[in-house]
Amino acid sequence: MDISSAPILSIIMFLPLVGALIIACLNAEAKANARWVALWTTTVTFLVSLIIWFKFDTTTGGFQFVETRNWLDVFKFKLGVDGISMLFVILTTFLMPLTVLSSWVCIQTRVKEYLIAFLVLETLMIGVFCALDLVLFYVFFEGGLIPMFLIIGVWGGANRVYATFKFFLYTLLGSVLMLLAVLAMYWHAGTTDIPTLMTTEFPVEMQWYLWFAFFASFAVKLPMWPVHTWLPDAHVEAPTAGSVILAAILLKMGGYGFLRFSVPMFPIASAELAPFMFVLSIVAIIYTSLVALAQTDMKKLIAYSSVAHMGFVTMGIFTFSQQGVEGAIFQMVSHGIISSGLFLGVGVLYDRMHTHEIDVFGGLVNRMPVYAAFFMVFTMANIGLPGTSGFIGEFLTLLASFKVNTWVAFLATSGVIWSAVYALWLYRRVIFGQLVKPALKNIQPMSYREIGIMVPLIVLTILLGVYPAPVFDVTAVAVKKLVAAHEAAVATSAAALP
Amino acid sequence: MIYSAIVFLPGLGALIVGLFGRLLGVRASELITTGLLIVSCILSWIVFWRVGFQHETANEVIARWITSGELDISWSIRVDTLTSVMFIVVTTVSSLVHVYSMGYMSEDPSRPRFFSYLSGFTFAMLMLVTSDNLVQLFFGWEGVGLFSYLLIGFWYQKPEANAAAIKAFVVNRVGDFGFALGIFGVFAVFRTVDFNQIFDAAPGVAGQTFQFLGYEVDILTTLCLLLFMGAMGKSAQFLLHTWLPDAMEGPTPVSALIHAATMVTAGVFMVARLSPVFELAPTALAFVTLVGSFTAFFAATIAVVQNDIKRVIAYSTCSQLGYMFAACGIGAFSMGIFHLTCHAFFKGLLFLCAGSVKHAMHEEQDMRKMGGLAPKMRITWLMMIAGGLALSGFGIPHIGGFAGFYSKDAIIEASYAAGTPNQYAFWFLLIGAFLTALYTWRLILMTFHGTPRMSKEAYEHVHESPPTMAVPLLILGLGAAFAGALGTYTFIGDGAKAFWGDAVVQTTERELYHAMHHDLPEWVHWSTFTAMALGTFIPFLYYKLVPSLPAITARVFYPIYMFLLNKWYIDELYDFIFVRPVFWIANMLWRIGDIVIINGLIDGTAAGVYKITTRTVRLQTGYIYHYAFAMLIGLALIVTWFMFRGGAF
Repeated sequence: MDISSAPILSIIMFLPLVGALIIACLNAEAKANARWVALWTTTVTFLVSLIIWFKFDTTTGGFQFVETRNWLDVFKFKLGVDGISMLFVILTTFLMPLTVLSSWVCIQTRVKEYLIAFLVLETLMIGVFCALDLVLFYVFFEGGLIPMFLIIGVWGGANRVYATFKFFLYTLLGSVLMLLAVLAMYWHAGTTDIPTLMTTEFPVEMQWYLWFAFFASFAVKLPMWPVHTWLPDAHVEAPTAGSVILAAILLKMGGYGFLRFSVPMFPIASAELAPFMFVLSIVAIIYTSLVALAQTDMKKLIAYSSVAHMGFVTMGIFTFSQQGVEGAIFQMVSHGIISSGLFLGVGVLYDRMHTHEIDVFGGLVNRMPVYAAFFMVFTMANIGLPGTSGFIGEFLTLLASFKVNTWVAFLATSGVIWSAVYALWLYRRVIFGQLVKPALKNIQPMSYREIGIMVPLIVLTILLGVYPAPVFDVTAVAVKKLVAAHEAAVATSAAALP
Repeated sequence: MIYSAIVFLPGLGALIVGLFGRLLGVRASELITTGLLIVSCILSWIVFWRVGFQHETANEVIARWITSGELDISWSIRVDTLTSVMFIVVTTVSSLVHVYSMGYMSEDPSRPRFFSYLSGFTFAMLMLVTSDNLVQLFFGWEGVGLFSYLLIGFWYQKPEANAAAIKAFVVNRVGDFGFALGIFGVFAVFRTVDFNQIFDAAPGVAGQTFQFLGYEVDILTTLCLLLFMGAMGKSAQFLLHTWLPDAMEGPTPVSALIHAATMVTAGVFMVARLSPVFELAPTALAFVTLVGSFTAFFAATIAVVQNDIKRVIAYSTCSQLGYMFAACGIGAFSMGIFHLTCHAFFKGLLFLCAGSVKHAMHEEQDMRKMGGLAPKMRITWLMMIAGGLALSGFGIPHIGGFAGFYSKDAIIEASYAAGTPNQYAFWFLLIGAFLTALYTWRLILMTFHGTPRMSKEAYEHVHESPPTMAVPLLILGLGAAFAGALGTYTFIGDGAKAFWGDAVVQTTERELYHAMHHDLPEWVHWSTFTAMALGTFIPFLYYKLVPSLPAITARVFYPIYMFLLNKWYIDELYDFIFVRPVFWIANMLWRIGDIVIINGLIDGTAAGVYKITTRTVRLQTGYIYHYAFAMLIGLALIVTWFMFRGGAF
């Protein structure tokens, strides 16, 4: 069979489901087997997904690897990726093997179900980024909630019921509105085909309603201030691998949604509501950075720092400029890697001490020097030090914002100070100092498995910081197309005014 | 190729030792990093010769970095005279510090880490000085900041070291906030961040205005001021200086390399590098002069009363950086760089001597517990005097003297020729020169002369440092003695025009230089000598002839003494107006904003929903995740079924 004609996206999408089925058939006692199956499945999925990385045509801004199947009469099962979504597919498949590995020892109850939930989640996440039909997107987007909900609710910490409830309620609020918007768009355009909808002109008034309906869903997912408070609780209760996926992939669905729907489909509403987005972004950057500083729990601190970093994403997207949008995409990819590293780092400590309270730790460098070095790299990347991937996204989004509004740039740039304060303060309390607490006297250094999980993330953090060109090669044309289309739509609307 | 070698050899050393230091062992780690740096240093001197005197320049692109739309940033190496001067300063001091550290750190178990950081720092510094655009400059800028943070906190068991490291990083970030905004502004105006393109376009926007924070302001003035804010942080100028004295918690070789000779001068380098732009923004330059000359005076007043040997030198560094900025501010950029070069040698020397003293005194830094060390450590003593003579600018007008005599006094005279309002810059700098001599000799006399003030046992243990430490002192001593005399013609004299080429703007400086030699009243030439002589005499009076005088003076001028001893209470002020409020606000936002207001709303809604749902859900199992699991399976089934119905694989 010629590989280029194979339905590559479907294969990537359904491979994890196949793995899940195999695990379902295994004996419940065969924990090790289930883990190996999951690891193999996710690894193979990642390797297969590299095909789209290498075969991706960077000279076109359109959708590639498109597959269409009839589903219901009007909705199609249509998949495809462009320069905006492709990176997220790769990010997902890349992180999955690492999350399986990170759960190797710490998950001992209901191992089968746990791995099945993760594999199903992978299918759904890839589906979100590949879907080219609005209904299909909606199904995957909301479907992803369920396995995540289970992962936190079943394998989570002591207060998991509260956290899952909050998580569910927040996202439910958004999804109801989004479903209504989806229906309205179908009645208006007569199709749910995403590429067609991107060229459909919705009446300005309708754009506003639709924009806000989608906003409700994406803002909660991202999350944006003030609908962010579910995230710290969800992170604190989630098992390590759950936190990794939550921070690295699920949050990105919000940013991706803005790029795929809000900006291209409702350009006038987006343009008019950009100041609103800037305000929320700035509040997110400053407010949540400060709140992060006050945290006493490592996971909460990193969760708040995630909200602040997502502020740069929304700010960048709504500058509608090449640098801003590319910066936002880069920031999402980079945050996916860095936050994974940070949460895995916390997981390493949690596995040893069964807590993520900052006060329990201190002076870890004395017993865990390798861990200290790794954590330093991720801390610096989180601060946005040039030479790490964290710098480039922040830099580009801020650079773009200056052109739009100097106040926005001025306030958002203060984030470079706050992030340094909370991140270094955390590092100092956990890693540096003398090791005096009796409970820590015999804490074990990192195992080879743990080191092996961290190393790919560290390499990527630095590689993308020093040589980000591969990412920009992928995004450049697609973003150019997005920005040009937006400018054209705004210009047309301005010309239509009396 | 030779340029890449200079920059990347130290980086290579840092990488090898950083990754494999444990396997290689301590000795091999030291030799690898030091060896590579010495090679880099030798190459630097070759390049200095070729660029400075044979007028070779280069601009090599190494790789793409960030490309997005019109923004196109490369990793590159730009070599001109300014770069080549920085090459020799950075690699020479760094090699000597590496060698010195082999002796100084010989009892520390984490030496591979130490040497890796030192070399890593040198690499970042070299990336900074070879940049041909603002963003790579920023990379080096933040890179040196990172290594400074790591090295200040090198002894991570000490809480003070950790606090100082964080303080250094955060205060620098405050400066970087301005620097970053400056870069964004430059891109917004010029649509590029490359130096050459900015320099070409800058005259075209001179005098034009743009909207910034709602105000209509002059473009170049605003951009220069924003960029200068970064320089103020990195070079520890007034208001952003507080981190530098605390940074003395780091090992002394670090203080010599990073916090005296190289990193802290990055701000001066940046202003000199951007001299074609600053030259077009007179208001910004006036501000640079104000900050520089005031810092020169302000930091010197504090240095006079401090008792910690390293803190005295740290405040002195702060003050000397002020001189360099003052030079740049009046348009004498190459005088600033000349003083930077001389300062690197003599200040590096002073710090390494202080380290030698500390080494002999078992980490004692309080000068009140020293005294009478001279007979015990002749080399250190002599070299400290050489450094002191250079710092205080010892020399006789129209004849000659030590390094500072040429570089510092030229700045003071030029500031007079430039004529600031009421000659304020001249007076600040002149009083600063007097104070400089004062604290320098106070330091030397308190440390090496008089009766020993430590226990007899401790005094018995005082010893001269080993050759690895003494040899770098001697080499730097030569630099302190002769760098000024050797460099004055080329750097700031009649040879300057040919030497600098296009690297730094010379227009104003040539006029000033001419005025200095022809129009200046004779008393101005002698004023610097008088200040130096007076500043030298008083310590001898106080600490040698009448040892009871210091205590009496402190009592008579008690309020002033306390004000200076407490460093103008600026740390206390910042703690009160910044640090505490930030932590307080952070807590309030969390406890009130997030928990009470936002969560309160959500939990209220949740409680209502929960009441309704529990009744419904009781029909099922009562566990919401059972319910969700059913949804999940249903969803998977539906998708799969439609998939296969609609034409399968």
